[in-house]
Formats: sequence, C-alpha cells, structure tokens
Amino acid sequence: MSTNMLIEAVDVHRSFGTTPALTGASVAVAAGEVVAVMGPSGSGKSTLLHCLAGIYLPDSGEVRFDGSRVDGLNDTARTRLRRTAFGFVFQFGQLVPELTVADNVALPLLLGKVRRKEAYARAEEWLDRLGLSGLGGRRTGELSGGQAQRVAIARALVTRPRVLFADEPTGSLDSLTGEQVMDELMNVVRAEGTAVVLVTHDARVASYADREIMVRDGKALTVGAVGR
Amino acid sequence: MSVPLTLLGLLDRAPSHGYDLKRHYDTLFGNDKPLSFGQVYASLGRLTRDGLIESRAEPGDGPDRKSYAITDAGHGQVAEWLGEPVEPAPHLQTVLFVKVVLALLLDRDAAGYLDLQRRTHLARMRELTEIKRTGGPAELLLADYGLFHLEADLRWIDLTTARLGTLAETVRIAETGKNA
Ligand SMILES: Nc1ncnc2c1ncn2[C@@H]1O[C@H](COP(=O)(O)OP(=O)(O)OP(=O)(O)O)[C@@H](O)[C@H]1O
Ligand SMILES: [Mg+2]
Repeated sequence: MSTNMLIEAVDVHRSFGTTPALTGASVAVAAGEVVAVMGPSGSGKSTLLHCLAGIYLPDSGEVRFDGSRVDGLNDTARTRLRRTAFGFVFQFGQLVPELTVADNVALPLLLGKVRRKEAYARAEEWLDRLGLSGLGGRRTGELSGGQAQRVAIARALVTRPRVLFADEPTGSLDSLTGEQVMDELMNVVRAEGTAVVLVTHDARVASYADREIMVRDGKALTVGAVGR
Repeated sequence: MSVPLTLLGLLDRAPSHGYDLKRHYDTLFGNDKPLSFGQVYASLGRLTRDGLIESRAEPGDGPDRKSYAITDAGHGQVAEWLGEPVEPAPHLQTVLFVKVVLALLLDRDAAGYLDLQRRTHLARMRELTEIKRTGGPAELLLADYGLFHLEADLRWIDLTTARLGTLAETVRIAETGKNA
C-alpha cells in the first residue's frame, strides 16, 4: 500500500439498487497532484468522485484521506471533512442564485464560523485571483457561464482545501472559455498545492492534468506517469 | 505545404533578404523541420522566374546582398491562395486505422492496442498543453492545431473501443461467411 498518497480508494464497490456503479475501483492521488478521470458515460466516474469525497459510502472497500479511513466516519464527521479539507466544482447549478457573487464565495467561510468581515475580505481576494474583480456585487444569474464557473472555483478554494473535486467543470462552456477557466484553475491550484480530481470527457481538458485514470465498467485503470 | 507560396506570403508583408526570410519561416512554420538554404534559394529563384518577386542587389559583398520584394502579380497570387479552401483530407489511411483493422482481422488484442494508443495520444496532448502555457503565439496556434487533431483521433479511438465487440463479430462473419 502506498503511504504517501493524500487520498485513495482501495477496491471500492458501490451499487445503486441492483445497478453496480463501481466494481473494485482503486485509485490514489498524491498531495498537489492533478489527476484526470476519464471513461465512457455511465462507467462510474462521478460515483468514484463521490466515494473519494465521502459523499457516498462504499458497499465494500476503503477510502482514505491523509492516512485515515473516511468510510468509517459518521455523517457529521464526513460533512466536516468535506467542509474543511475538500472543495467542489460541478458542471452547473452550484451557485445560490438569490445571493451575490461575494455572498456565494464567502458562504463556505461563514458556514465555517469565520467572522463576516474576514470572510468577505477573503472572498474578495479570491475573486481578484480569478480575474473577477469588481463582480462581487452581482447576482450570480447575471454572469456568463465562464464567469459563473470561476466564481464556483473561487468558492471551492476559499477555504483552502487539500483536494478539489471537479466533475466536468468546463462541460457547459465553449472551447476557448473552457480553456481560459482551466488556465485559471490550474494557476491557482498549482500556487496553492491543491490536489485535483478532475472528471472530464474532454481530452483537451484532461491534458492539463499530470496523468489520467480511465474508468471502465466500474473499474479504475491507472495509467500515465505517477507523481510530477 | 507549399514552401514557395509561404515564402511569397511572408514577402507580402515586407521585403527581405534570403537569410532573414528563412529565419522568419523557421520561427513560424519550421517546427522541428527548418528549411535548408538550398530550398530557400531554389524557391526564390522560381518565384523570380514567375515574376512574383523581384530581387535587388545591395552594395557590399557576401552571398546575401540581395533583397527580395513582392510584385503586384505576387501580391495577387497570395490573395488568391489565401482565399482558396484546402482539400479536406480525411486522413483515412493512417497507420492507426490500418493497425486496428488488422488487429480485428487477425483476432489480436485490438482493445489493448487502442488503450496504449490512447495513453500515447494523451501524453502528447499534455506536452502540447504545456507548450501552450510557455510558448509564443505561433507555438500556441500550432499546439492548438495539434491538440484538436489528436482529440479527433482520441474520439475515434474511444468510439472504436466501445464498438469493438460488435466489430470483431462483423469481421468474423465477413471472413467465415457464417454466424459464429
Ligand atoms: N443516484 C443514483 N441512483 C441510481 N443509479 C445511479 C445513481 N448514480 C449513478 N447511478 C448509476 O451508476 C452507474 C455509474 O454512474 P456514474 O454517474 O458514476 O457514471 P459517469 O461515469 O459519471 O457517467 P457520465 O459520464 O454520464 O456522467 C450508471 O449506471 C448510473 O446509472
Ligand atoms: Mg458523471
């Protein structure tokens, strides 16, 4: 067993009713490593991401983060872990439309009991880093797709998580906008040393990663160079 | 690619000496295959003969004392060339394609081959993405061009991988003339 891995799944099985989604998936991601998860539709990529992030519990197998079992933790402990150590970006629908951009980015900090002033100051900082200066007061419904994904990235990283889980983060963007969002995302995660689990169908997006993992029929096939 | 027409295109921007022209070409289009001086001067000779460029001797000595400038005819030629679409070459007979068909015919491990090819393609795409991050504008455009073409290959590889079961069956039936 590799010991220097930040997050890993070992022989994870997970079914939904009678549908097997994962049938013995093993993956390991080192600290600061960016890994693309690819594979056909329905192969189990999102399920794998949810298991790694402690959102779904595996039926069998183990999930470890920073050397400790995640699958043994109770709901409260897993929720806490997700809030403090993990960040999430999805294809759409993750921002709260009634709130402003700054509210959305500050939200994870406020939930984590950071003082209001401090939370908004940090949110502002992250908006600047992602090229969104001056947009803090907008409602998220008034943003372009690319801007909305940048806000989602700022929100995911504002707590400075160890791992960012991204499921098709550029899936609803055109090529050029997707590329710009990936450039920004890579800049910040490299600067922060955040590990990234990046689910994508798009090989050009996957080519930003250090290596790729192929998921086929619920099994993960690790390929490419390990480490950086 | 047509070297003379490309050189003509570069001369449409500004007159140039043969040596500078070669350097300019190599920077933008040479990639890992720079032009030889022989090619450059042969092309310039042809363009001069066709009346598309003119040379002017400059004072001094050395072999590169000639400056080349485009003529009106040359200017027209560039405009015409840039307005024409290129042949949409479908690249159907690539080694990649031939290997997959042969693997299927010979009942070899086509899936294994496709997986390996997929990894190799992605590794190259990672390199090109890195070149985009660090390189200049011409490298960026060239890397994009490579990335989109490799991506097209990859999509074909993925689709073929997904179809392998049916394809193998079809090939077997075609070969033996009967259902297995
Ligand atoms: N919440 C759920 N309830 C029931 N079945 C599910 C659920 N989530 C996933 N599945 C099933 O599990 C299998 C794997 O799904 P998953 O979403 O992990 O695939 P995926 O690789 O992410 O696909 P896509 O590329 O289309 O997003 C599929 O057969 C899917 O129908
Ligand atoms: Mg999915």
